[in-house]
Amino acid sequence: MSFASEFMDRARVVASNLRHRQIIRTALGNYEMARDRRKATYQDWQGARQLAAETKWEAINHLDHYLLDFSNRLEARGTKVHWASNASQARDIILSIVQQKQARSVIKSKAMTAEEIHLNEALEKAGLKVVESDLGELIVQLRRETPYHIVFPSMHLTREEISALFEKELGSAPTLDPEELTMIARRVLRGKYLTADIGITGGNFAVAETGMVSITENEGNARLTAALPKTMITLLGIEKIIPRLDDLALFLPMLATMGAGQALTGYNTLYGGPRQPGELDGPEEWHVVLLDNHRTELLADGEQRDALHCIRCGACLNVCPIFRNVGGHTYGTTYSGPIGSVITPHLRGLQDWKHLSGASSLCGACTETCPVKIDLHHHLLQNRRNAAQERPDNLEEAAFGVFGWFTRRPAAWKTVRSILQKIQPLTRRFQKKPWHPAKPWTQTRDLPVLPSESFRDWWKNRPKTSKHD
Amino acid sequence: MDALYPSAAISMVEILERLGHRVLCPDSLVCCGQPAFNSGYWDQARAVAQPVLESLQEAEAIVIGSGSCGAMLKVFYPQLFDKTPQKEMACNVAARTWEFSSFLVDKLGVTDLGAAFPHRVTFHDGCHGLRELGLKQPPRTLLRSVRGLELLEMKEAETCCGFGGAFSAKFPMISSAMGDVKCHSALETGAEYMVSNDSSCLMHLQGLLSRQGKSLKTMHLAEVLNCVKKN
Repeated sequence: MSFASEFMDRARVVASNLRHRQIIRTALGNYEMARDRRKATYQDWQGARQLAAETKWEAINHLDHYLLDFSNRLEARGTKVHWASNASQARDIILSIVQQKQARSVIKSKAMTAEEIHLNEALEKAGLKVVESDLGELIVQLRRETPYHIVFPSMHLTREEISALFEKELGSAPTLDPEELTMIARRVLRGKYLTADIGITGGNFAVAETGMVSITENEGNARLTAALPKTMITLLGIEKIIPRLDDLALFLPMLATMGAGQALTGYNTLYGGPRQPGELDGPEEWHVVLLDNHRTELLADGEQRDALHCIRCGACLNVCPIFRNVGGHTYGTTYSGPIGSVITPHLRGLQDWKHLSGASSLCGACTETCPVKIDLHHHLLQNRRNAAQERPDNLEEAAFGVFGWFTRRPAAWKTVRSILQKIQPLTRRFQKKPWHPAKPWTQTRDLPVLPSESFRDWWKNRPKTSKHD
Repeated sequence: MDALYPSAAISMVEILERLGHRVLCPDSLVCCGQPAFNSGYWDQARAVAQPVLESLQEAEAIVIGSGSCGAMLKVFYPQLFDKTPQKEMACNVAARTWEFSSFLVDKLGVTDLGAAFPHRVTFHDGCHGLRELGLKQPPRTLLRSVRGLELLEMKEAETCCGFGGAFSAKFPMISSAMGDVKCHSALETGAEYMVSNDSSCLMHLQGLLSRQGKSLKTMHLAEVLNCVKKN
């Protein structure tokens, strides 16, 4: 089955699931209120967006230069930097570090890039025990699911479901108290940090000026993941670069605001290197893996290069009416929602993933909310154009050709209209039938009424005196 | 609007003529080409748009009763005809194009058309009008001056109704779910009419409402504004 038909099947089920709709609506309703409260504290939100977009533009358009700065400075403090062209190289690099250390267990903090390269599967296949330390990620890991959302991996689940999951997987007593549920996870995780041989993290920003990785989190789990195991591995997409340390003053609050409606995320930590002589804590070894995986191809696309500005805040998912109705898992991608629909065709092939660009009403809510001003919904249009140019759908192409022929021949168009008008009693009468030729429309919607007189008829027939032309 | 919603187009003509404008409507104005454009078939879109472009060369102002078609001419024609000999013509047309409510309020400075419509109304922002053209206020300014009209804002006024052109037929389950959310929000206000400046959104919403047996009716903005005592 193709990715497109899998998407259609899942979308059909989820879109009609009223319980799902309500859960997401409630969760995102709370997010929207918090986000708007935070946005209102900015003196000039639009100005902040503009500055963020320009800063990322500068970073992405000078990526060659900034990436080298970043890596040179990291290496100067003893960090080992690795360059991975694609997912399999990145997995191999990480696996070889793990094997070299003869590691048996890995603790991970949240990293969408790790999802992108299917790192957990690769580690588990190599015989390692992998534990996710972010609460939401742990929950979806226990369910053997992928994250539902870039920022809120388990937002599709209720407290009841999480309690039942913990009861089954962790043997805890049932509770609906969110704090108690968090404590259950915490008790389980504390032991894992101490026994893990390797800690794997992602990163939110890579500061070129100082050679540091900025990690944002609310639970302190990334700090423990980085601090306790002897070896730390950080996997970063190359687009995470920002030029200067000062830029964090804009990006940290912006990410917190748009990501979760917070002024600042609970913990913001800058990592500059492994444990230095005389330091008391931190990993003995730090490996930073820089991942390309088709990002340079996106960089070469002048029209859509700004998609690399993305700071993975998830704001476009939260406002997207498609995402809200079909849910994160329906996409079948690492990155869901508008940004996922834009970049997945670049990351995994246009023809296989063009349906995601088609599955949009092009409403533009994503572009309106994006804090780094990615022209998301117009990129969906460009993906559609590129897909049709590369491999046109014969039927669709012919249909638009025929339609065009009619638009240039008003008389023929008029004939069609009058035939449709004459058979209207029939087309309307049978509109609830499953064999109706307009079934995609009529299954849920009544057909519009075709009036006997068109505007053109009225225009031609109206009394000459009122005619000005 | 020609085939399905003539009364909205007629209302526009009558309003513009009452304001003293000379209205032209050449036969060659059929479709702006958006369906093919949005589906990625830009050659076919240009074939439809070209006669439109040519027949609009004389007009002082191009007024469109749809935010979506308006955005096509104003925002997307310059892209569609980019790197073609018609680029300049397209930019020129774009500069003279107005969505109906914006033409009245922003260009003519008219906010009161003397209409009376003693009903509870909620306004649906078509996405193209709202986000491509940035028209949040003009339709509301016009509705506020209609006698007897009570304007009730719905919570999801700015949420897409789910029509989206070919999207509504290619992904009917998603489109209908989005429409349900919208209709629910409109029904919550207790309005009798859901008004918009986009007939295509209304066709989809009315289709859902009729199928579900709801009494909420949809109506084009121009029809509301044309509810005047005629001589």
